Amino acid sequence: MSKHIDPVRTEPVRLRVKKTYKLYVGGKFPRSESGRSYPVTTPDGAELANAALASRKDVRDAVAAARKAQKPWAGQTAYLRGQILYRAAEMLEGRAGQYAEELSDATGAELHAALGTVEQAIDRLVHYAGWTDKVAAVLGGANPVAGPYFNHTTPEPLGVVAVVAPGADPLLGLVEAIAPAIATGNTVVVATSESMPLPALSFGEVLATSDLPGGVVNLLSGKTSELAPTLASHADVNGLDLSGVHDSDLATELEAAAAETLKVVRRPGRSGDSLDLLRQWIEYKTVWHPAGMAATAGGGY
Amino acid sequence: MGSILSGVEAASLVRSLPGVDAVGLEARAAGLATRSIKKESKAEAIDLAIGMIDLTTLEGADTPGKVRSLCAKAVRPDGDAPSTAAICVYGAQVATAKAALAGSGVKVASVATGFPAGQVPLEIRLADTESAVREGADEIDMVINRGAFLAGDLERVYHEIKAVKAAAGDARLKVILETGELVTYDNVRRASFLAMHAGADFIKTSTGKVGVNATLPVTLLMMQAVRDFRAETGVQVGVKPAGGIRNTKDAIKYLVTVNEILGDDWLSAHWFRFGASSLLNDLLMQRQKLKTGHYSGPDYVTVD
Repeated sequence: MSKHIDPVRTEPVRLRVKKTYKLYVGGKFPRSESGRSYPVTTPDGAELANAALASRKDVRDAVAAARKAQKPWAGQTAYLRGQILYRAAEMLEGRAGQYAEELSDATGAELHAALGTVEQAIDRLVHYAGWTDKVAAVLGGANPVAGPYFNHTTPEPLGVVAVVAPGADPLLGLVEAIAPAIATGNTVVVATSESMPLPALSFGEVLATSDLPGGVVNLLSGKTSELAPTLASHADVNGLDLSGVHDSDLATELEAAAAETLKVVRRPGRSGDSLDLLRQWIEYKTVWHPAGMAATAGGGY
Repeated sequence: MGSILSGVEAASLVRSLPGVDAVGLEARAAGLATRSIKKESKAEAIDLAIGMIDLTTLEGADTPGKVRSLCAKAVRPDGDAPSTAAICVYGAQVATAKAALAGSGVKVASVATGFPAGQVPLEIRLADTESAVREGADEIDMVINRGAFLAGDLERVYHEIKAVKAAAGDARLKVILETGELVTYDNVRRASFLAMHAGADFIKTSTGKVGVNATLPVTLLMMQAVRDFRAETGVQVGVKPAGGIRNTKDAIKYLVTVNEILGDDWLSAHWFRFGASSLLNDLLMQRQKLKTGHYSGPDYVTVD
């Protein structure tokens, strides 16, 4: 390549190295299996980059990765999951400027407003990092029963949760969908905002450098109308977050598909405080445990 | 099919085989692995593959209960899916499997001859074989003496296979070459011909107990040997890749290869088998996907 000479400075101008925005699946950053990509622009149409256009097979691979990661992730101590979420907040803090710029490019927001949003996202991560070891105490407990038994209820993660991320809120909305799900030991597969996928795909880099095991969060950029139905009907997905679906016909269709394979569904527009969001992706296990002599003699089970 | 060759003749025949073009072999296998099989063809391939499985459990922890539940799965894997070809177990579990499969048409294959290492005296290997046949095994999966083979004592390997063949009687004899331990393609070709000359009804790649199990190039090479052997002698021998074939995509690659190298004559459970355990669940999940239109998951198949 010939050197570009700036007429004023008369020094070679360096060509910027542009980032290739790829998917985040199983802890790696693959291109789409289909080889497709699509142009991503600012709200006024200026081209930003090409993002990978995920296919149904990428969904399948991502769900397989999420399934594989789920048991080990749920088996980690709540304390460690909290540490890792906190670490993600630290990583995001360190790169807040870059994310503010990406967010501002994507949404057209002023840079200082975008920085405010990034800071909110950081605070959300810290908030849910704190929740990890408190969920069991708040949502579980010892139940009074009329018999010589201890009766405990403990919250357990649902499994693999599919998330259709909010279209207009590409970073904070994403963090608010992911954090409560993974805090309790679920793993997630996310269809990112279709028109603004870049902040989400960059967020994958934060997760990848936070000791989050591969497969716990999987990010797929592409057409919502293509990815969401595959996620909704996938029999190995246990929960479906439709909070980012704005088309009510599509939402109805997705809910019907989810019902066929017995999923917990969070409907579009449903909001709540953080405890509600945590509770959404939890199921409860109640165990009866003999009390008294038998238990103290070691014959508890 | 007793061979008329003496050990010395068989060994010299095998030693004079031409070397294998490794690069060409691997390129051919890689080329065949790119075929795209979809929709109706895929549905047919899945059912064909299910019907070719030797559903295998070869663990120290095998119990009669586990063998019986695996037999039930072999007979009726899922809804209207076809039965598998056979159950493959250790000799000690043959009677249990035989009783559980009575009248189902699913065969009982037993590994024998000191599986998987084969490092026991010949009389014990023969007794192992006779006992499995007495218990009702329809097929015997023997291991060759890799120690003797690698030491160059081909005559000994040949005579041992012949002896096991005689001990197996009417049971079909599958000869496990353990290609992962033979190291080179040339050795795999030699061992294939040696086994076929000695009277093998099937040649099988691996025990599933070593690091390298069935690979597509090795199986392709064995298929070529089987094809050439029939052209030479008129005797048809089956092929069984075993170990490491875990998903539908892999199984279909093998079927494509059978079709290309051997043709229709071998595309049945009588002449081609998969030695596998986890493959069946993946085939069933893919089958459910084709039927329902959505991806299935491990919650919808049995845990073995």
